[in-house]
Amino acid sequence: MTSAPGDREVAVVAFAQTVHRRTSDELSEVEMLMPVLHEVLDHTGMKTADIDFTCSGSSDYLAGRAFSFTLALDGVGAWPPISESHVEMDGAWALYEAWTKLLTGDADTALVYAYGKSSPGSVRDVLTRQLDPYYVAPLWPDSVALAALQAQALIDAGDTDEPALAAVAARDREAASANPHAQLKGPVAQGEYLVRPLRTGDCPPIGDGAAAVILAADDRARDLCARPAWIRGIDHRIEAHGLGVRDLTDSASTRLAAERAGAFERPVDTAELHAPFTPQEIVLRKALRLDDSVVVNPSGGALAANPIMAAGLLRIGEAAARIHRGESDRALAHATSGPCLQQNLVAVLEGEPR
Amino acid sequence: MSKEPVAVVGIGQTKHVAARRDVSIAGLVREAARRALDDAELRWADIDAVVIGKAPDFFEGVMMPELYLADALGAVGKPMLRVHTAGSVGGSTALVAANLVAARVHSTVLTLAFEKQSESNAMWGLSLPIPFQQPLLAGAGGFFAPHIRAYMRRSGAPETIGALVAYKDRRNALKNPYAHLHEHDITLDRVMASPMLWDPIRYSETCPSSDGACAMILTDRSGAARAPRPPAWMLGGAMRSEPTLFAGKDFVSPQAGQDCAADVYRQAGITDPRREIDGAEIYVPFSWYEPMWLENLGFAGEGEGWKLTEAGVTELDGDLPVNMSGGVLSTNPIGASGMIRFAEAALQVRGQAGEHQVDGARRVLGHAYGGGSQFFSMWLVGAEPPDS
Repeated sequence: MTSAPGDREVAVVAFAQTVHRRTSDELSEVEMLMPVLHEVLDHTGMKTADIDFTCSGSSDYLAGRAFSFTLALDGVGAWPPISESHVEMDGAWALYEAWTKLLTGDADTALVYAYGKSSPGSVRDVLTRQLDPYYVAPLWPDSVALAALQAQALIDAGDTDEPALAAVAARDREAASANPHAQLKGPVAQGEYLVRPLRTGDCPPIGDGAAAVILAADDRARDLCARPAWIRGIDHRIEAHGLGVRDLTDSASTRLAAERAGAFERPVDTAELHAPFTPQEIVLRKALRLDDSVVVNPSGGALAANPIMAAGLLRIGEAAARIHRGESDRALAHATSGPCLQQNLVAVLEGEPR
Repeated sequence: MSKEPVAVVGIGQTKHVAARRDVSIAGLVREAARRALDDAELRWADIDAVVIGKAPDFFEGVMMPELYLADALGAVGKPMLRVHTAGSVGGSTALVAANLVAARVHSTVLTLAFEKQSESNAMWGLSLPIPFQQPLLAGAGGFFAPHIRAYMRRSGAPETIGALVAYKDRRNALKNPYAHLHEHDITLDRVMASPMLWDPIRYSETCPSSDGACAMILTDRSGAARAPRPPAWMLGGAMRSEPTLFAGKDFVSPQAGQDCAADVYRQAGITDPRREIDGAEIYVPFSWYEPMWLENLGFAGEGEGWKLTEAGVTELDGDLPVNMSGGVLSTNPIGASGMIRFAEAALQVRGQAGEHQVDGARRVLGHAYGGGSQFFSMWLVGAEPPDS
């Protein structure tokens, strides 16, 4: 289920993010996160003590140490003690947890943040540790190789070809030219093959970054934001882990989540898709029935900046910000997790009629 | 708006042991989930969503293992959330699942927490590397020992209190078929004669490293009406967090723990926890944390917690039984330990706790904490549904 049950409506009322960068050696996670937290609070004029619930998303494996999120909490300023939770997932799922908390009526406002530093390690190697630990992970198939399998399946099915993939990359990075936070923008060479059929241009930049949003319910949202981005529906679904039992040219879980979120009830004007690899954007456009009338990834998407664990929350934040600015009336935001789009979240955001 | 009441209608756990070499991680979690479904007499298809928790991924060496576990937990095609709030995660996971029901987003949710600690060495997994922490902490015991010393100094508790707790919990564990440690020859003297590990914490006053999983089925009012066995009703639930290290932090009785308990009591309409609560499953990984948390949770005044322990109040047949199941001291699959506390509280009010059942338990507290005593999650469950 999906659309807000009962009589409560929840909106994204503020969004902030870092300038995403290839490395941030001189900063701890907390130091990277702090300015974003301050900025998102400043947008609403609230202080930490005004927030009813806080939820974050991150992964220990990127930092290379257990409990990395515990110190990030210090950046929030959790004193006096706060009502707080954490998902070891992309921040989009932290937002989902916060959304349910607001629906119960136990909280009227929520701070959601996510961050990831990919620079300390080899993210291609690190992500292999997500795979079935007995049968697959010991083979160390990396994230690019798995995305290449998906790309080849699409090409074999006649759904795309290499020039079409290059066009996806070019369009996203052209759009990113207008995004001051993006890491990779403007014309980017497609480059050499990394893993056939994917070239470097088909792959996301590796980078560090953080994002934060504030959610608020009902009148509180109207108080805090001139044009709240109301969450009309949000849902997420997971698929089988094994690549051999999935149709890699399709995303059944995205389609189901979109249905449950009400995405197909009326057309959207904007879609922010979490597709770190060009073939994934092809798959998602089909699953979400996005035609050329929809502005896809005006921020540049994950091909322009892909701070792992924050990239999904960034999509929701970017979609909401367009509603805040009056550039969109009904936007779709998507987040993904796991190899080859295993798990997908879809949110539908709307601004009030102008 | 009113929240949907949340009921526990199914509980399952594995027999906790040092190493389950006969099952994979997937096999371990499925065993607990299967038992919870059987208890609720439900099928996989009856589950709308799965909420899973465990402590750091480094304990098994699998990054975000919920991805790999989706198939084993029947989650394919469903929503699946993964919670991680350090040692409190088992409790937090149950509360996140409960919120899905309370918000009427889903009707019936499977929630599960696990740890397969034999896949690694938890002590070193818990020893944060420099520059994040001072070196030579040597696991959780090294972190908590100074705070226990602080408690002893502040409260004037005699040095034997820790041993009394360990002796009680290990005897309680003998009545719990799922408990890890079954020390049939346990005596108070043996506890006190065990080697000193982190002064004042002795070997027998510490928790074991366990492999295990715990699962619960949470459902709404109509789901509870169909349940084959008495449900446990959630009367209150809360989480609180505070920073790891700062000058004003009281490690002996953290403010976050006090606030969390107060929120749960407020929701449940409890004004005198000592009289109105019939038992408590409290996260006690080192024996001295029983008297410390008795004070933090409002069961005893400041400096008075050890007196309840010494007087036998917390014994299984005492006035306020604590850790009837044997507690974390007898069973510690870290990520699951909090959920086991929550589940054991629910078993008690359902009257399903077997040999360690407290007669007439109507309201029981489940408690978990984690990090450097900075994350707290608790719920109070009852045999009767909430009033509203």
